[in-house]
Formats: sequence, structure tokens, C-alpha cells
Amino acid sequence: MNRKTFLAMSTAILLSMGVAQAQDPVKIGIVVELSGAGAPAGTNWRDGIKIAVDEINADGGILGRLVETAEYDTQTDPQTSRALVQKAIDEGAYAIWGTIYSGSTLVNMLVAQQNEIPQFVGSESPAIVDKGNPFVFRTSSGAQKGVPALTSYFKDTLGARKVGIAWVNNEFGKGGHDVFAAEMAKVGIEVVADVSSEQAQTDYAADVARLKDSGADAVFVYMNQEESARFLIEARKQGLAMPLVGEVTLTEAKVIELAGGAAEGAIAHVGLTATATQVEGIAQFAAKFEQTFNRRPTHDAIKGYVGAWATKYVTEMVGEFNGAAFAEKMKNLCLDVAEHPRMLLDTCWDDRGEMSRPSFMVQVKDGAPVVIGTLPAN
Amino acid sequence: MSQFLQVFLSGLATGSIYALVAIGFTLVWQAAQTVNFAQGEFVVLPAFFVLVGVHLLHLPLWMAVALALLLSLLVLGVLFKKLVVEPILPSGGISLIIATMALGILLKESIKEFYGAEAQPFPALVPQDPINLLGATVSMQDIMNLVISLGIVVLLTLFLNRTRTGRCMQATAQNPAVAEILGVDVKRMVLYTFLINAALAALASFLITPVYLAKFSNGETLGVIAFIAAIVGGFNQIRGALAGGLLIGVLDNLTATYVTAEYRAALPLVLLIAIILLRPQGLLGTSEGRTV
Repeated sequence: MNRKTFLAMSTAILLSMGVAQAQDPVKIGIVVELSGAGAPAGTNWRDGIKIAVDEINADGGILGRLVETAEYDTQTDPQTSRALVQKAIDEGAYAIWGTIYSGSTLVNMLVAQQNEIPQFVGSESPAIVDKGNPFVFRTSSGAQKGVPALTSYFKDTLGARKVGIAWVNNEFGKGGHDVFAAEMAKVGIEVVADVSSEQAQTDYAADVARLKDSGADAVFVYMNQEESARFLIEARKQGLAMPLVGEVTLTEAKVIELAGGAAEGAIAHVGLTATATQVEGIAQFAAKFEQTFNRRPTHDAIKGYVGAWATKYVTEMVGEFNGAAFAEKMKNLCLDVAEHPRMLLDTCWDDRGEMSRPSFMVQVKDGAPVVIGTLPAN
Repeated sequence: MSQFLQVFLSGLATGSIYALVAIGFTLVWQAAQTVNFAQGEFVVLPAFFVLVGVHLLHLPLWMAVALALLLSLLVLGVLFKKLVVEPILPSGGISLIIATMALGILLKESIKEFYGAEAQPFPALVPQDPINLLGATVSMQDIMNLVISLGIVVLLTLFLNRTRTGRCMQATAQNPAVAEILGVDVKRMVLYTFLINAALAALASFLITPVYLAKFSNGETLGVIAFIAAIVGGFNQIRGALAGGLLIGVLDNLTATYVTAEYRAALPLVLLIAIILLRPQGLLGTSEGRTV
């Protein structure tokens, strides 16, 4: 073999190795609540991601590498979620998508941070972005941004002077409860009933009876999906007449499915809703999701979808699979729909991973959430 | 006053469901001298039979309920006795108790595997419309739950005390050997007991699931509360299980309304400890002598 032939063959082998390497898929871990109390949220999150990954791979993947996901079921248990984030990273995950329950995220995000792995979460507890973790990014506004959007609704639209709060006693519920109570104090609205309940609680008779007897003009309901549905069923049983207003979950498709007619009239502020069909991207996603899974997507499905696409957009802006560079790029980043259509709405993150974008007020009418107002990003 | 009445009636309605499940504990205890720790899952499974009937077989609701009742009698009554109790009972009560725990896990995980981890809506068998009663707004569903549960308990008590078959069942529970000498078909009486337990579990399932929603894990809490209710009321007395169920239902609601909602889950356990310390045979139970 002469020198020229040897060089040509070596070059060909190296090139072919390079091509093979470029075609290796990039692994991403979906660490989320697929069983336990968080299953309704987690399964929607995962399915939203499935749609996004199909689209991303059809679009050539991320930086030319196809996306390969692995699912890790946290069973809605914080300690399990922590172990699974570690497992996903050990198995080569470039990024983590999940978790949704704030109690889990607060525990497992430290693992991703230590390994410099970007993590998109569906959690809304204020505490998550207060920890100074540069690798955690929300896919919806935290309670400290979402809940204040309701203040003017209670004060001006409902004209409430006294309110009740029904909240679930977990990290998610505590976050929303504290922000709402502080907001009400700011505008001089008295909280006359403060009713906490446990996660996975089944009997809400006493809770509703207390609210009913409190003299409240309206009730702020801040619970996870199944708890919201059981609360609404009991509220209907006892003929609770005042408006029931929530943040995000109260008017979700799953809640409406579970509560049936008891969900009628419930109002909520939502960051994302599949019923906002006036937004072209949301309408297209909702149609594709319904066609694929034969059910309507919840806001968790849209959050998962947006988180997956944000991973692609930002990685390609960075130009390499580098967690630290990704985190740096995310600081004070805005992705507008004109250039990044799969973000669905103009979306910005601050330097702590907190997110802001336009939001909606919806009410359940004839068994479906209907947009009754749009709120600007705050 | 209206709030008290509302909470009290809601507590009675929920407590009556606990009572149905608790009676199942006492029946199995009397028939097999064991504790069925799968009792909570026994209440979950019939609801999923109904959902299968409605969603997969496209049956009308009443037919799905009838089918679920029959399947419950077969699976939770006949098969439970033949495949779990009879083969393991000769090995001793502890072995059987552990077997029922395993059965509970098997049922729970099977439901999850087959129907998913998410809660499912379940149609109400009685109207949910609220009605006004002495100033309190009470749902028809609560009242019907209470009426149906208490009615079943009364009928069951009459059956056990006033019919020949019922007295034979009681004789079998008290002393199977003597009952057999007296001509009682002991095996058949034990089977009847398991069938009644299965029917009560199915009834509790049909009544509670529209409110609790159909979920594979519902049996965990329900089973524990009903077990405590049976102990509090008296493990060897049907009327004790009834009293225990109603007491826990009402006290749970009153505590959550007037004392603390945060520690309501602790109430049944506090009650259990108090009863074990002060009256181990339960409120309406009778002492059972044991010798070694």
C-alpha cells in the first residue's frame, strides 16, 4: 500500500466515523409522574413531549442528531424522582424534561445542577427559582407570577371583599396559597376561610361546608387535578353558590372529565390552554395531540411540548451540546413566535429560569373551557 | 346549626360506606378467623368492572352494574375462597393474612396495569342534585348512600338472625365442628359468607366511587379506615362494624370542620389507640377467650 492510498483510506475511515458519530442520537430523560397522584399531569407532559420529539426528529433533530427519549416514572415520590434524575444522567441524558410536582423538583433539581444538565420543569412553586439554580427552567409561570394576575379579577371583575382559599397542602399548594394571601392583603380583600386539604384527599365535605359558611364572596381553589375534581363534585353536592376561581388546574380537561357537570362555571387563569385556538400554533398542536391520543391536551401537555422545543432552539443557538453554555444562553432569553413558531407564544426567561408570556382567563361552559380574556405577560 | 347538620349528614353518608366495608372485615373474620387486608381493593375492583362494561362492552349503566355485581361475586367471593382462603387456611391465620396483603397488592397493580394510574370518572347511580333539609343543603346522593347502606345492614341483620340459613351461618362462625355435627353444611355457609362480603364490597364501590373517582389506589385509605372502624366498633359484631363506620365518618367531618383539618387523618388512629387501651373488644364487641 503506497502512502497516497494509505492517506486516502485513513481519511475515508475517519470521515465515516465522524458521520456515524454525528448520527448518534442525543438522549434526553423524561423524568415525570407517570403513576401516583401526579399521573394525570405527568402523562400529559410526556405525551406533549412525544409530539414535539416526532416533530423535532422530522425536522432533522437537534444539531443534526435525532432525539432519543427515555421515560422514568417518579411515582409522584420526591426521593424516587431524585434517584431517577441521577439514573437518567448516568445513562447519558443531555437534558432532563420534568418533573411537574414542585415537591419532587425541589429535591431532584440539585442532581441536575451538580451535573450541569439543563432541566425544563412543569413545576410552579415560587421556591424553585429562588434557589439560585442556573440549570432549571420553567415551562410556565411560577405561582408568584401567575397568581397575582388573578388579583384584579377578584377585586375588579368579581368585586369581592371577602374570599375563601381552598388549597392542597403540598409544595405546589403552599406556594400558590402564600402568594394569593399576600396579594389579597395588598388590595384589602379579607381572607375569611383558609381551608387546607391533603394530597390525594377523597372527602371534601367538611372543607366545602366551612367555605360555604364563611360568608366569602368567591373562593380561590388551588389544588392538583384529582383533588380539584373531587372538590368541585362536593361543591356541587352542597350547592356552593359563590364563584370558584383557580390558577391553571381548575379548568383543565382532566378536571372537567372527572368532575363532569360539577365543573360547570369554574374559572381559572391559565398560562396555556388548548382552547386558545385563536393562537395558530396552539390550535395546530391541540389538533395533532387529539388526533394522536384521542383526547384533548391539558396545559401540562403544552408545557412538555414547549420545553422540548425550547431545548432544540437554545441548543442550536449555542451550537453544541454543552449544559453550561446552554444555561448561560437561557439567561434573560426571549424566544419570539415569529422566529421560533413551536414556542406557540412569545416566551421569555429571566436570569433565574422564571418564565413569562401572555396568559388567559378561561371559564368552563357546556363542559369545555372557553377563553373569556387574555392577559399580557407580567 | 345548618353547617353542623350538613357536616353531620355528610359524615353519616360516608360513614355508612365505611360500615359496609367494615362489615366485610367482620364477616371474613367470623368465617375464616382471618383479617382480609385486601378488603380496600375489594371495594375498588367492582367500580372498574362497571367501567369495563360501560366503556369496553358498551353496555348501558344498569347492565354494567349488574355484570359487575356478578363478576364481584365470582372473583371476590367464590375465587377468593377457593384459590386463596381454602388452600392457605390450613397453614394458619398468619399465612392467610399475609396472602391477603399480597392479594391486595396484586389487585391494585393489576387495575393500574389494565386501566392506568389516572383517576377515572364514574357515573352516579343516584341523582346528585342538592336538596334543602332543615336549612342544610344535602345532596340526594348522600341521603341515598345512607339509606341504601343502612337498609342493607338491617336486611343483613334480619337475614342472619331470622332465617334458618342465617342462623346456620352464625353457628358455623361460632363453632364449625359442632355445627357440622348438627347437620349444617359448613362449606356452603362459609361460601355464603364470602359471597355476602363480595356483594357488600361491590355495593360500597358503586356508592362511593362517583365521589372518590375510580382510581387503583383508593383501596389503601378505604381499607385502613374500614379496618379501624371494625376494631373500634367490635371486630366480631356486625352492629359494631356499623357503629364504628358511622362514628369515624361523623367524627372525621366534625374534626375537620370544627377542630383541625390538618390532623384529620390522625383521628381514626387516635380512636384506635384509645379503644385498644380502654375497651379492646370494641364499643359493641364481645370478649373472646383464647387459650394456649
